[in-house]
Amino acid sequence: MAAESEEDPGVPRGPVASAPEVKDLPIEQAILVEPPHVPPPIVRNYPARVVVNLEVREVVKRLADGVEYTFWTFGGNVPGNFIRIREGDEVEFHLNNDPSSKMPHNIDLHAVIGSGGGATSAFTAPGHSSQFSFKALQPGLFVYHCATAPVPMHIGNGMYGLILVQPKEGMAPVDEEYYVMQGEFYTTGRYGEEGLQSFDMNKALDERPPYVVFNGAVSSLVGDRALTAKVGDNIRLFFGNGGPNLVSSFHIIGEILDRVYPEAALNHPVEHVQTTLVPAGGATMIELKTHVPGTYILVDHSVVRAFNKGALGMLKVSGPENRVIYSGKEIDAVYIGSQATAGSDSAKREAELKKKMASEIKSNPAIAGLTKEIQIEKGKQVYMGLCFACHQPDGKGLPGVFPPLAGSDFLAADHNRAIRVVLKGLSGPVTVNGQTINSAMPPQEAVLTDSQIADVLTYVLNSWGNKGDAISADQVKAVRNEIH
Amino acid sequence: MKPVPTFLLQGLLALGVVAGPVFSASESPSASAPRSNKMILVPGGIYVPFSLGPRDARQEQVAAFLLDEYSVTNEEFLAFVGANPKWRRSQVSQLFADSSYLKNWAGDLEPGPSAPPASPVVHVSWFAARAYARWVGKRLPTTAEWELAASAGYGSRDGNNDPAFKRDLYAWFARPVPAVLPAVTTSQVNYYGIHGLHGLVWEWVDDFNSALISSSDPNLLCAAGATDVRDTGDYAAFMRRALRSSLQANNTTSALGFRCARDAQILTASLP
Repeated sequence: MAAESEEDPGVPRGPVASAPEVKDLPIEQAILVEPPHVPPPIVRNYPARVVVNLEVREVVKRLADGVEYTFWTFGGNVPGNFIRIREGDEVEFHLNNDPSSKMPHNIDLHAVIGSGGGATSAFTAPGHSSQFSFKALQPGLFVYHCATAPVPMHIGNGMYGLILVQPKEGMAPVDEEYYVMQGEFYTTGRYGEEGLQSFDMNKALDERPPYVVFNGAVSSLVGDRALTAKVGDNIRLFFGNGGPNLVSSFHIIGEILDRVYPEAALNHPVEHVQTTLVPAGGATMIELKTHVPGTYILVDHSVVRAFNKGALGMLKVSGPENRVIYSGKEIDAVYIGSQATAGSDSAKREAELKKKMASEIKSNPAIAGLTKEIQIEKGKQVYMGLCFACHQPDGKGLPGVFPPLAGSDFLAADHNRAIRVVLKGLSGPVTVNGQTINSAMPPQEAVLTDSQIADVLTYVLNSWGNKGDAISADQVKAVRNEIH
Repeated sequence: MKPVPTFLLQGLLALGVVAGPVFSASESPSASAPRSNKMILVPGGIYVPFSLGPRDARQEQVAAFLLDEYSVTNEEFLAFVGANPKWRRSQVSQLFADSSYLKNWAGDLEPGPSAPPASPVVHVSWFAARAYARWVGKRLPTTAEWELAASAGYGSRDGNNDPAFKRDLYAWFARPVPAVLPAVTTSQVNYYGIHGLHGLVWEWVDDFNSALISSSDPNLLCAAGATDVRDTGDYAAFMRRALRSSLQANNTTSALGFRCARDAQILTASLP
């Protein structure tokens, strides 16, 4: 048997002589359906010989608005036509490479057990057709892709799709079935750069794609092209990841995935899933029931891809609301944040209120008294830092040298004069409490603020037996302006 | 890739004898052959094969040779089928050309609007290309020769260091095959003065099927295709190899033409 095992699977050897159990199978033509749609469920409970005719075409299509790309496709779309067969079926596969193709292509179906998943037997020059057969031994949702070197470019140009091998036991009926595949595109231009884009070698080697999209283009599942369902529908989503490189963190915003069949292992669902990993060259099956209307967003939750690279689709669910499950917005109220923007209506309102508060405080004697006490405390700090050296901590000054502030008639006589003296200083003879002193006080206008001058004078006017009023910063300001 | 020009080649360059109808004694071209495609001297060198499998040579010495300046055109091929009825579309044997042979021609001797005279001839088999080459006193280039000539960029012998060349190389893959191919003269000229080795059509080489890659070479498949090659980042070389390995000698496609080569040594024999 050694000779047989060395047979070259790429050399045409004619159709397999059918064993009796194959020869007697009913023959069916596979229904191939374009994304996001899926062929109808297989209801038969016996195997068949299924003939698949898949055509490879290299086509220029929209990648994003104003952006075109030459996609290499199985059936003219990305992803390729959805193929649906049943566990135990015998599949006669024809890969037809369109005569206008530039490249040879082949196909590796992950559902095939055999050399290259079919690729060795399906390598096809432009304008040619290859045939091979396989038996669907195991159920599952499988990726198929072109495996011709350079593989990253063939997959990177869109050569992938899904084949579903239905379990023998069948699948529960649902209301809607959809087909979505993620893939990334390595364009020479940055995201959104218009024109016909080429494959960028360097970006591919660095695995830095400008585009990560669902179903071959930005917005392919948005607006008019969104997936649709009604409230209460059971939906089955066949989600695959063509790659060529990135792993998807698939998520539907606003939904919980009732059942996810990780790695598309159709006998082992997990329940109540938020986000599921789908490897490059892998798939997952998702089942969920809709509850309330709305637009649910399909994303790769590696979220830059959704926000900046195109990995975003929509599921629009229509029907009656259920405000117990989800209320919608119940109340819209104004909230004035502490960081409200200056100039905004709320900021203006805030300023008005503060002003009103200030005048309320001013007109309230109790609060005004407290304000004066605060001024005295602050003024004391200024005095003890600056004035005390001459006027002395007790305000008595030095006889004949520095005039006293405690009990000073000069000070009590004219508050505005006192402010002027602090601002501008005083030189020459001055008579205080009957004693003439000829000295000099330096000006403080460049040293103290209006508030500090008001505070320090308020302190002085209310200390050491002085019984005076409070001086306000506005008063100081008025005097300062009058001098200049 | 160090150039190894011989004394004789230098002499040839000095004499400017790089073009013109010079035939070897063994060939007898027809008198009706069209004005020969001008030929350009490509200095010899070391060709490092793309495949580095256990059965592949690690490097190959390539002698200097002459290569057509342009791909063979419909006009030139029309003269050939005119003089050789057995290569007309209606008469060619299916053994030597499949059913899409000259498919874009309007008739046996009428290229028609889809195959303008100055555009490269496509939908030709390896057998047909070879027969044409023999008829004009030339031969098809080997893979080593073709790859050596085609590795040159616009301004130097090594296109790898030429960003504009690399950009154009991949830009071609981003464009589908046009319904009507442009004239050969519109294609880019490389360092040697040869037009359209990239960016116009694929081209047959004489030993397309001898690079140890049958259509079922397991090394071509998926990631395994990256084992035993010179440079896994050279996707263009992968694609040329994949195309060649996908072909049978009687195959024809919408983007596959050819050009001819000749030994430089044959010229030396005709020198005084």
